[in-house]
Amino acid sequence: MKRIRSAAGLFAAATLALVLGLTVGPPASVRADTITFGAAISITGKYSTNGANTRDGYDLAVERVNAKGGVMVAGKKYDIAVKFYDDESTPARGAQLVERLINQDGVKFVLGPYSSGLTKSIAPVTEKYRIPMVEGNGAARELFTEGYRYIFAVLSTSDQYLSSAMDLAAEQAQKDGRDPKSLKVVFAFENDPFSQDVRAGVLDDAKRLGMQVIIDDKLPTELNDMSATLNKVRALKPDLLVVSGHAKGATLVTRQTKEMRVYVPMLAMTHCDSAKIAETLGKDAEGILCASQWDSSLSYADKWFGSAADYARDFNKRFGYLPPYQAAESTAAVLVFVDALSRAGSLDTEAVRNAVAGTDMQTFYGNVKFDSTGKNIAKPMVLYQIQNSEYKVVAPTKWASAKFMHPMPQ
Amino acid sequence: MKSAARIRPAAYLVLLVASLTAPLVFSNYVTQLAFLWVMVLFALTWDLLGGQMGYNSFGNIVFFGIGAYACAVVQRDWGLGYAPGLAVGMLAAAVLAVGAAAVLGAAILGLRGHYFAICTLGLGIAAGELAAGFDFIGAGSGLVTPVFPGEIDERNLVYYYLFLALAAAAFLTLRWLYSRQFGLGIRAIRDNEDKAEAMGIHTTRYKIAAWCVSAFFLGLSGAGVGNLIGFIDPRDVAFAASTFGVWMVLMAILGGSVSIWGPAIGAVVFHVTQELFWTYLLGWQRVALGLLIVVIVVFFPQGITGWLRTRWPALFGNVPVGAPGAAEGDAEAVP
Amino acid sequence: MDSIGILLSAPWLMLQLAVDGVLIGALFALAAYGMALVWGVMNIINIAQGEFVMLGGFVTLFVAQAGYHPLLLGVPASAVALFVLGWIIYRLIIFRIVDGDLFISILATFGISILLQQLANQLFGADVRTVSADLGSVALFGGNLVVGWIKVIAFFAALLLGAGLFLFLKFSRLGQAIRATSQNSRAARILGVDTDRVYAATYAINAAICGAAGGLVVMTWFTHPFLGLPYTVRSFMIVVVAGLGNLMAVLWAGLGLGIAENYAGFILGAEFQAAFIFLLLVVILVWRNHRLARRRMVLK
Repeated sequence: MKRIRSAAGLFAAATLALVLGLTVGPPASVRADTITFGAAISITGKYSTNGANTRDGYDLAVERVNAKGGVMVAGKKYDIAVKFYDDESTPARGAQLVERLINQDGVKFVLGPYSSGLTKSIAPVTEKYRIPMVEGNGAARELFTEGYRYIFAVLSTSDQYLSSAMDLAAEQAQKDGRDPKSLKVVFAFENDPFSQDVRAGVLDDAKRLGMQVIIDDKLPTELNDMSATLNKVRALKPDLLVVSGHAKGATLVTRQTKEMRVYVPMLAMTHCDSAKIAETLGKDAEGILCASQWDSSLSYADKWFGSAADYARDFNKRFGYLPPYQAAESTAAVLVFVDALSRAGSLDTEAVRNAVAGTDMQTFYGNVKFDSTGKNIAKPMVLYQIQNSEYKVVAPTKWASAKFMHPMPQ
Repeated sequence: MKSAARIRPAAYLVLLVASLTAPLVFSNYVTQLAFLWVMVLFALTWDLLGGQMGYNSFGNIVFFGIGAYACAVVQRDWGLGYAPGLAVGMLAAAVLAVGAAAVLGAAILGLRGHYFAICTLGLGIAAGELAAGFDFIGAGSGLVTPVFPGEIDERNLVYYYLFLALAAAAFLTLRWLYSRQFGLGIRAIRDNEDKAEAMGIHTTRYKIAAWCVSAFFLGLSGAGVGNLIGFIDPRDVAFAASTFGVWMVLMAILGGSVSIWGPAIGAVVFHVTQELFWTYLLGWQRVALGLLIVVIVVFFPQGITGWLRTRWPALFGNVPVGAPGAAEGDAEAVP
Repeated sequence: MDSIGILLSAPWLMLQLAVDGVLIGALFALAAYGMALVWGVMNIINIAQGEFVMLGGFVTLFVAQAGYHPLLLGVPASAVALFVLGWIIYRLIIFRIVDGDLFISILATFGISILLQQLANQLFGADVRTVSADLGSVALFGGNLVVGWIKVIAFFAALLLGAGLFLFLKFSRLGQAIRATSQNSRAARILGVDTDRVYAATYAINAAICGAAGGLVVMTWFTHPFLGLPYTVRSFMIVVVAGLGNLMAVLWAGLGLGIAENYAGFILGAEFQAAFIFLLLVVILVWRNHRLARRRMVLK
């Protein structure tokens, strides 16, 4: 019967070890002359490519702001820093880590994670702790219908991603002397919070424009083969195919439409630049339309980075690849915080939250102005078309650097 | 016996006081401590089948997920307010989870050995995929659970004590069950199912009952975890086969099933290691986890308690190891 | 149902689905050969099977990026690289669990699979990567049936490898030793077979086969660090249906699975394709058990 005691003792010892291990923990991250932001991002797991973009975007912003003298708050100069944790691309972990950032690391300002799903799981936490979060990678509309007060998004919501592609299809139909109502469209969207929200947006557009949705497929997140959907496309010959499934979906649909000789006059998708389809799939990607939050050819500028093109150059120099919009919007999120901190005149979370809410600025990434729900209403989406293996902006007309090519090459 | 009778209450008392006061002392770590109890519960309920009955299941996460969704749906649709909604939701979670265990158990508990293990693995992953295609529960977009009406510190405390109570209830229930004929029955199944059957034990009934007990506690914990995390994703929270689902196996194996304390110790050690990995090995924690799994399984297949017993048999009541009947008998005896 | 309507309105689609299914089924069968071999000879269920496929894809990718032909050089390179890796893994880990409990082997190889997949994630990044063999596709029946050449090649490569494996096991010295060990390892040891070397070779050959399959997979679809699990599960299903030690049956089961999966994806919708695979696994196991139970009653 002695072993009961020893077992219970072991148990207690292990618990003690837990508590000790955690309290000794990482060094306290909030130093007097540094303002530390917290971010749980996806370093491993299915979102780790875009997670790395996000991290690089944050890092570049931090380096630049510090190099230019940091941020002045109430007459005192502060450096900024970001404390990262790895959320492994799972929402359960993300929520826990943000709580840890706030509780244990004493972080008072949170930068967003990558993806709508992760942001969804984190928003209730920051809300509860009344900690302002500026994010650049959570686009689902549901984030802004829950009445959250502390979340601010510098990006356009996901329902806007492919709206311009739908409009373009309708315009083109009229130009060709066809009624947009006769257009047949096929949707294939990954079964995750982001893509399903993009789908909700284009479904509304289709209804508004009177198009006929003939297939509306959900793609699994373990997506390895799109031939099921593409066979249907081949049988029904739609005028427009719209796909959203992060980088995997973009790669697969580009590759398999060619291999299976499925021809659609117009093919629109998301994430083609982070999937690098123009670079890796060459002529197979020709003519594809692709939604983007930002492009380096846009004529925005700010005092930290200069123009959008300057940002792209500096980013490329620092990290060795051209910034996808995921990186740019992450950098912009930091800039919004920096701007708000200097205007708030204090490090009080409530004051900073109010300063963020009152943001009205231009960054290299675009104009930023939040509505009462916290989403950025000052920045439009752009639509790329891949022409000669380059991403050319074709819509909106104000930014267009090339003419929309229709139909796609055979 | 007499001295043990004096020591035992003291040991339990210390543990009880420590666990009741822990969140007040370490107020910044309440959520992690709350998850500690969830992990203990995971390991205990897994050990019921895997360790005691010899049925290694990778699919226990199914009941956890069913609980999470059942509770969230009740909270969403029945308009009961927070506390009553949670209570009714948890009730629904338990009922549905147990029901599912009974049905699934009748279907697949006839499988033996690794066929059962792989079958449950398929079940766990399929459940997540099915949930992700089911619009009523939000499909791939997941479900957001209602916001706790009070302060966040209160919420964390409420859930801490909820999980503590659940883990304690699971512990006591299992200890009681193991000391009954039920315990002998499931161990007979582990040792030799055909013989057990031949001796007149209704093996199927025992197996299904054991899975239902597991499912009951897992369903309840799922309901709680869904609310604590606040967002239920079909594959990454509810039916998280590749994280929670596998961890419960690892924790139980790590602890060993020499006594009912084994899984509990395994859970604590695992949770601590895991949290430390996360804190210090940014990005490499999963690599470390993979290594840890290999090391545990290859070098300590008997778990911590098993290893301790081999090393210091005296700790476990002075039974010489290797004395065939004696060592076995000790393993079966229940504290 | 909507999809069935499409299928009926375009009957040639049935043929397309079946042909595609057969072609990709051969790839599944390839990974399953290896699993059957390791399971049969070493009594180990190798959960890291899919990770070998994934790594094979990366090797072919690197060969292609270095400017060599992905098919002629990439696939053999994948096989060789994975053979070496398999040998190392055996020497480090597997030999410790060869005689152990089957469940321990499941857990240990599961640990290896996490390790490999996370290492790949850290070293190569999580990008979805693909290699184009630039083979195009062939259209038959007036363009109604389109088949990518790479799938055809993968199909024949799978057949060839299967035949090669069969001949190797049947006639080579090592192959005979492998078969002897699988029949009775103790007797084989007594008769002078170095069973440890046989096990190492078996595990390494398995890894090599998976590596070759991975090279073909990356040219047909793509590779990324988290590709593995569905391939492991498919292999397992195929082996359970086909039984151990019957390569032809493994091939048939693989082709059957390919066809079933394709039809399921088309009719139920792609979002249920994965669920279908895993549920099919459950159903197959329950059915197998039911059959065994019946046989047991007859015997009694």
